[in-house]
Amino acid sequence: MALDKNGIAKRIAQELQDGWYVNLGIGIPTLVANHIPEGMSVDFQSENGILGMGPFPYEGEEDADLINAGKQTITALDGAVYFDSSTSFAMIRGQHVQLTVLGAMEVSENGDIANWKIPGKMVKGMGGAMDLVASADNIIVAMMHANKKGESKLLNNCSLPLTGVGCVKKVVTNLAVLEIVKDGGFKLLERAPGVSVQEIKSATQGKLIIEGDIPEMSL
Amino acid sequence: MINKVVSSAHHACSGIEHGMTIMLGGFGLCGIPENCIAELVKMQVKELTCISNNAGVDDFGLGLLLQQRQIRKMISSYVGENDEFERQMLSGELEVDLIPQGSLAERCRAGGAGIPAFFTPAGYGTEVGEGKEVRIFNDKPHILESALTADYAIVKAWKGDKTGNLIFKGTARNFNPPMAMAGKITIAEVEELVEPGELDPNQIHTPGIFVQRIFKGEGYQKRIEQRTTRKKA
Repeated sequence: MALDKNGIAKRIAQELQDGWYVNLGIGIPTLVANHIPEGMSVDFQSENGILGMGPFPYEGEEDADLINAGKQTITALDGAVYFDSSTSFAMIRGQHVQLTVLGAMEVSENGDIANWKIPGKMVKGMGGAMDLVASADNIIVAMMHANKKGESKLLNNCSLPLTGVGCVKKVVTNLAVLEIVKDGGFKLLERAPGVSVQEIKSATQGKLIIEGDIPEMSL
Repeated sequence: MINKVVSSAHHACSGIEHGMTIMLGGFGLCGIPENCIAELVKMQVKELTCISNNAGVDDFGLGLLLQQRQIRKMISSYVGENDEFERQMLSGELEVDLIPQGSLAERCRAGGAGIPAFFTPAGYGTEVGEGKEVRIFNDKPHILESALTADYAIVKAWKGDKTGNLIFKGTARNFNPPMAMAGKITIAEVEELVEPGELDPNQIHTPGIFVQRIFKGEGYQKRIEQRTTRKKA
């Protein structure tokens, strides 16, 4: 069965390593924080200016001066720190953040990502996404394998305006975990429980690389 | 100590004219200069170029200036919370320059720091990089981004003293410090205005040299855009 959004987040949480600073984008990536493996300590950075972001506040304890980049009310953990936007992006551009997880509308087989604009329709802006994807060494995209129309979001080439070029390393979808290889192509690493290689093949428009037996994800 | 205090938003904003470029601190509705935005609406200054990470919501923040058609051009990174903005942009009434958030922050900081331009990897290979000089550093392409300055920078702080030293609270800091540096005239509105010496010099975020006018703001609404909570167990 294909994963739901929480399943995708749970699988991505397995990529975390102890001691990492992590930036989570809006949407599915935010859910990753709910699945940190027991005993592991990671710190979440939100680009509007906090390191050490905690869970949502209890009802009645919301503070308008304490939000994340999705403009949601949050809390700060012990040891947290606030900083201004230029310092925040110094952390990001300077590669002090070990992992960035973000959503996408399209990803291409050479690691291009499009997630900020649909010409003539949606023009909300890129926010911090372009800085994040241009700088991070380790970028995982969390998204559904197909868009709402059922079209593959894993493509030869992105059709939408790009957010970044050749930057995505790994994609986790409701169907599969895929690595983007150097010479181009989505190398299939894992299948979602009960999803066949054939299903993944037919849902992927870009070049899919299948080598040997593909294991199921263990969640 | 130089006294920067003015009595109100009205006096703080004097000199702002049609066609000027204005920076406004804040991220979403967090840390925005509510008093000065209200004053700009009252002043009816038009044809403004506003540099601000976001454009407010329909009925608050910079949305109030958009409603009155006071903004000619917006320079922002994300404008997704505002229908009127989208309408004016798609109809061509409003000129919009969308730039990556980190580049926006650094362009303001650079403007205040006397760095006319810098290279960044953000936006290379995208629309943002079109027409910009590209250079390779450490085997990686970077684009040249220029500094931003403004006729007026308007920031909101938590505490300030009469000489303009500022302390911000929580994530309301965001774009306020880099923008404070980049205004020819920087106006700070604060929740608490104290005497010099009352703020610990070790704890000040923005040194008063960057601030020309300061006043105690009133009636902060501090609206929350996404009220997210959890239940007590």
